[in-house]
Amino acid sequence: MSEDYKRTYSQIDDWSDSRELLANARKQANQRNFDDVFIVDIDSHISDGGAWPEIMDLVEDPVIRDAASAFGDGSKRGAFLNHTPGLQWQNVWGRIPHGQGLKEPVEDTDVPRDVVLVRKSIDQMGLDYQVVFPNALLFLGMHPVPEMEVHLATAYNRWLVERILPEDPRIRAMLYLPFNNPEAAEATVKRFLGKPGVAGFLVTSSRHKPVHSNEYMRLYAMLEEAGQVLGFHTHLNWQDEYTSQLNRFISMHAISFVLCNLVHLTNWVINGLPERFPKLKVMWIESGIAWLSFAMQRLDHEYMMRTSEAPLLKKLPSEYMRDMFYTSQPMERSNEALLAATMEGISANSQMLYASDWPHWDFDLPSVIWDLPFLDENAKRNILGYNAARVFDLEIPERYSKVAAE
Amino acid sequence: MVELFVAKAGDIADRDRCVVVEGDLEIGVFRLGDDFFAWENNCPHMGGPVCQGKVMNRVNEVLDDGKKSHGFEFVEADVHIICPWHGFEFNIRTGVHPGEANTRLTQYEVVVRGEDIYVRT
Repeated sequence: MSEDYKRTYSQIDDWSDSRELLANARKQANQRNFDDVFIVDIDSHISDGGAWPEIMDLVEDPVIRDAASAFGDGSKRGAFLNHTPGLQWQNVWGRIPHGQGLKEPVEDTDVPRDVVLVRKSIDQMGLDYQVVFPNALLFLGMHPVPEMEVHLATAYNRWLVERILPEDPRIRAMLYLPFNNPEAAEATVKRFLGKPGVAGFLVTSSRHKPVHSNEYMRLYAMLEEAGQVLGFHTHLNWQDEYTSQLNRFISMHAISFVLCNLVHLTNWVINGLPERFPKLKVMWIESGIAWLSFAMQRLDHEYMMRTSEAPLLKKLPSEYMRDMFYTSQPMERSNEALLAATMEGISANSQMLYASDWPHWDFDLPSVIWDLPFLDENAKRNILGYNAARVFDLEIPERYSKVAAE
Repeated sequence: MVELFVAKAGDIADRDRCVVVEGDLEIGVFRLGDDFFAWENNCPHMGGPVCQGKVMNRVNEVLDDGKKSHGFEFVEADVHIICPWHGFEFNIRTGVHPGEANTRLTQYEVVVRGEDIYVRT
């Protein structure tokens, strides 16, 4: 905890200091000596809409940039965004204040507000790196104006690279790929590859373009050649025909956050993309892990009977899945035996990477991994940090003398 | 056993709480009417500051005789403290999660002497 912060122990509300909110996280980190554990958070979120006007100033199309002023009573706040009602339901109607975004006042104006907030969570959770992704872009793949995806994503990527990442080497980002426009996605890789702080590239999974479409092959080849991670970050979609039948956020979130990645992963495997791009590092983000045991068994079961429909495959779907990477959050753990079996099934020791999803309503702390009784210490250290260091080629601070076995 | 002074009874409003600290131990003392209840400020789910959360009544779904649903209602008798980290709810009188009886808060004894409220650790 920052030395200059004194706890209040008062009721936590939408405007509470996140150091107060995460004080017990710091306590957990001290109790588990996390200062001796290399920890990387692969997925957290920047939730501050206050920076949106600044981001709109980085839109490169002069007409669209000018048109942003027509939004937010001239403030440009929220310009062109296509959020769905779901995001406004994440705080369980006031029960989880941070679920609606961190609203706390920030006194330090030397750096962007988001940098201050990210630093607080890094310090309280005991992290070494935190990979951030903007809330505002999670649903952008469903924008009714397809070209808007390119305009907004490029502006946001620029803002991250030019204004946020240079402020602190512990902050990294996976940049948004405007996936509905394959040529623009390729241009994004070319433009930002190698920029300081860029950890990899990411596709938001709420979209209706099949990942095996031929138009993506050049993009995948580029990422494979560059040794970059391609992440698929899940999100809700309450408008799909099936999910539109779900009348409660709990139901929609439980299903929708898995469904999109389940579809993309199935297409990825059955169309033989792991055979076409064997060195491409593919990562599935924020769908939890319980779905993976289902997908492995289901696809293996059907593949053995319908092998002719997946002729590019040279081994079982589950074996390809064991070569891919998965973030840990939200870790479903009400049944420890099922969790242990799933982690064994996906070779979590080498393929799972810790993610917090902070400050979203279902965030996980590093203790969720550290306290699992069926993992040995090497596995815990791998999942919490060393797998990320290997996959993202992150520098491990010298103070960590103990290096976990892969 | 240590007895910690919490507050004057009149300083804790109905449906409110006061968190006291002794070393690493944090205890939230809640008031419901004339009754006081003390629970550790440590959620059994993930260790969140449960006693610093919002106080709300339990939610019930209203069914008619034909088992048709007619929306939600608050249950006045069941007052919950809700962990601000992830929304786990606990009955302030019993410390029990409304959906899973084995998930419960750690209780401490409250001592009332006149206007003074103490908690025993």
